[in-house]
Amino acid sequence: MILYVISVGLSVTMGLMGFINLAHGVFAMAGGYVFATALGRFGVPFPVALVLAFLLVSLGSVVLERVLYSRLYAAGELAQVLFTIGLIFMSVAVARAIYGTIAPPVFLPDYLKGQVPVLGRDFPTYRVFLIAFSAILILSLWFGVERTRWGAMVRAAVDNRAMAQSVGINTRRLFTLTFALGSGLAGLGGGLGADIIAVQPSYAFEHLVFFLIVVAVGGLGSLRGPFIAALLLGIADTACKYWVPQFGAFLIYVATIGILLWRPQGLFGVRA
Amino acid sequence: MTHAGGYSADPRIRWPEYLPWIAALAAFFLLPEYLSLGARILIFILFALSLDLILGYAGIITLGHSAFFGLGAYVAGILSAKLGVTDPFVQLAAAAAAAGVLGVVTGAVILRTRALTLLMLTLAITSIVLEIANKASWLTGGADGLSGVQTAPILGLFKFDLFGKTAFLYCLAVLFLGWWLVRRLIYSPFGAMLTGLRENTTRMHAIGAPVYRRLVGVYTISAVMAGVAGGLLCQTNQFVGLNVLGFEPSGELLVMLILGGVGRIYGAFVGPVVYLIAQDLLAKQFPEYWYFGIGSILVLVVLFAPGGILGLIEKWLPLSRLKSSARASAR
Amino acid sequence: MAAALETQELCKSFGALTVAHNIDFRLQAGDRHALIGPNGAGKTTFVNMLMGAVAPSSGRILLGGEDVTAVRQAARVKRGLGRTFQINTLFAQLPVLDNVALGIAERRAVAPRMWRPASSHREIRDECLELLATLGLADDAAVRSADLPYGKQRLVEIAIALGLRPKVLLLDEPAAGVPSAETDRILQILEKLPSEIAILIIEHDMDLVFRFARRITVLVQGEVLVEGPPDEIARDVRVHQVYLGESHHA
Repeated sequence: MILYVISVGLSVTMGLMGFINLAHGVFAMAGGYVFATALGRFGVPFPVALVLAFLLVSLGSVVLERVLYSRLYAAGELAQVLFTIGLIFMSVAVARAIYGTIAPPVFLPDYLKGQVPVLGRDFPTYRVFLIAFSAILILSLWFGVERTRWGAMVRAAVDNRAMAQSVGINTRRLFTLTFALGSGLAGLGGGLGADIIAVQPSYAFEHLVFFLIVVAVGGLGSLRGPFIAALLLGIADTACKYWVPQFGAFLIYVATIGILLWRPQGLFGVRA
Repeated sequence: MTHAGGYSADPRIRWPEYLPWIAALAAFFLLPEYLSLGARILIFILFALSLDLILGYAGIITLGHSAFFGLGAYVAGILSAKLGVTDPFVQLAAAAAAAGVLGVVTGAVILRTRALTLLMLTLAITSIVLEIANKASWLTGGADGLSGVQTAPILGLFKFDLFGKTAFLYCLAVLFLGWWLVRRLIYSPFGAMLTGLRENTTRMHAIGAPVYRRLVGVYTISAVMAGVAGGLLCQTNQFVGLNVLGFEPSGELLVMLILGGVGRIYGAFVGPVVYLIAQDLLAKQFPEYWYFGIGSILVLVVLFAPGGILGLIEKWLPLSRLKSSARASAR
Repeated sequence: MAAALETQELCKSFGALTVAHNIDFRLQAGDRHALIGPNGAGKTTFVNMLMGAVAPSSGRILLGGEDVTAVRQAARVKRGLGRTFQINTLFAQLPVLDNVALGIAERRAVAPRMWRPASSHREIRDECLELLATLGLADDAAVRSADLPYGKQRLVEIAIALGLRPKVLLLDEPAAGVPSAETDRILQILEKLPSEIAILIIEHDMDLVFRFARRITVLVQGEVLVEGPPDEIARDVRVHQVYLGESHHA
């Protein structure tokens, strides 16, 4: 589920803006650090810490976008890949310098600890919370993209930037906002998941494959896609690790390859 | 003007192309304390050449090239440590063959996709190989790595000595062969075709080129080369660890190649030399700054010097005029 | 004798949008046929289906009497189908010679060879230069195609296709974007094309169409409106109606 929240941000920036941002994990990691620091060091309440993670990462991403990313929109895939890998390297160094290599402890509030009975079985409260939260998130996002003017403008701008500009849509600002949203979501996801997925300097590298898998299998530009993909892959992964522990990690990869061979544009993607 | 090859190009070797070999031999005689670093550089040049073939020429963006490198290393190592096969050429041949099989199988599967999906699949594949190496510790030594690798003297005569002299010359010889083959390939009609693929795939379809088949072909050749490089690494270090697989070596190689200059054959020479020497000098002193440094260099190169070091040289030195006059005289 | 190129009830829909409906079309060897119609009539989609770049929703395509509906683009090219693109699709960074050579090398099965240098294949270079000479481009052989004026680039487009020695040639708006002073040049080149080739030209330039074509098909909203010799088409009331309000552009 955490994968979904983080990856949907990537699906937004990549699918809607066409920019291959491998450094997406960096924003998630940054969110995780902000969240954990706010919670732990500054004793900020849980919801506020989440909001901080979202906001600060969004703001940071705006700076990065204006200064660096925007130069590369037309640059071609290789340049974008290389550039964002460079960003990952830099972020690893910065994170290591500030935080060291040990993941900061996450102090969950009491009301989210422990277990909660759902449908007769006991589940960890936090996990249930995550699932519920993610569901609300996808609904609001879907609503936002499908039903609001903002969503329509983004879709128009991606479809045909020149046309959108001539119709009066400020594509520059739109892209910056969208990028900020996508990165903020990543930050939020990083914070939410800090308890489960340790926030370490090498975060962006370690989970790069997963973000890419969720986005590619889900389909670029779609919101439902990464959701279903993260759900499917998460379930499959847990099930396989349970039944066939030897091959735990593989099956995600094999499943990914299988799905993409069957539908190269992803489950819900639009064929280019 | 960047890429060599094509129907208008002059394939004869020009004098600057002798420089790398002269430099390598000079290093052998003048810098005997650095021969193990030197061998490592030579190995990565071969690895970078293999990547340049698919990245710079065919235009396939991959983060998974370490899969072939690592597989080659492990196959050579397992052959020696577990099966007692110590002949260096047999080890290399096995590494090449294994990498080639992986190349053609994975290539056939993933080269039907493009861009992001392709990139992700290459990463997935190298992650799979890493997982296998990790889990199958009875075969690969797992996280501890594979030790006890022995390589018999080359041709029965040249033992791998402690100073790395044999290793260096051995790697140099293999690199020379690899370079020569790549150069032939670049200047051949196949090489011209690769440039066409990269420049305009749509047009290639429309002139009857079986694009998919050709991509799988070059991908396999590249995999074989990467596998040989991996085998060399295993033989010179007499050890293979998990760090030959996964994202990191692929990412590092990409940095090396971009630094040197993609699609220029010799970018694959310049990049590893600069990178590995800098790493040797700086990384141990300032590990945090090192990562930051390569990250920022990558960003700067992409933004301001997309042709890498060779691209900058081409812009500022008259060598580029030498190249274009060679082109003119070929007609 | 089988038609050089034929379609039977060719249909194509993208979701709810039908861009081709029951198109029956025949092209014989040596034909000079033009396909015209208002913007959005589905002409380029039709060409893409003929080439195999886009799969039809239903219907058959026959090349030289053989069903090629399921055959890939590259294989159709090998069987004698060639095309030019409406927007220049050249190897922009490469010299004109290489642009043409790549196609000739494919045809001669030289392209997969990995040993001898490309430039040592004299027969390919010679054929290129010969072909370029017939188009008046011999002096530009070493020029990077991106550096050529637009009109000459259009000619390189045609050269690449001719290098394939096609039996059927599909020309997608060869005069598109070319200043009207130079369209005569294009027409001259078209008239000099080998007479055995079956040529289908898509064009908006009515001048060019009426001077070049011996038969014209009018396509409107994915359906064939009418087909016949130029003078009949020029007189046809329905054709006039279709073009009413559309300004004649060169």
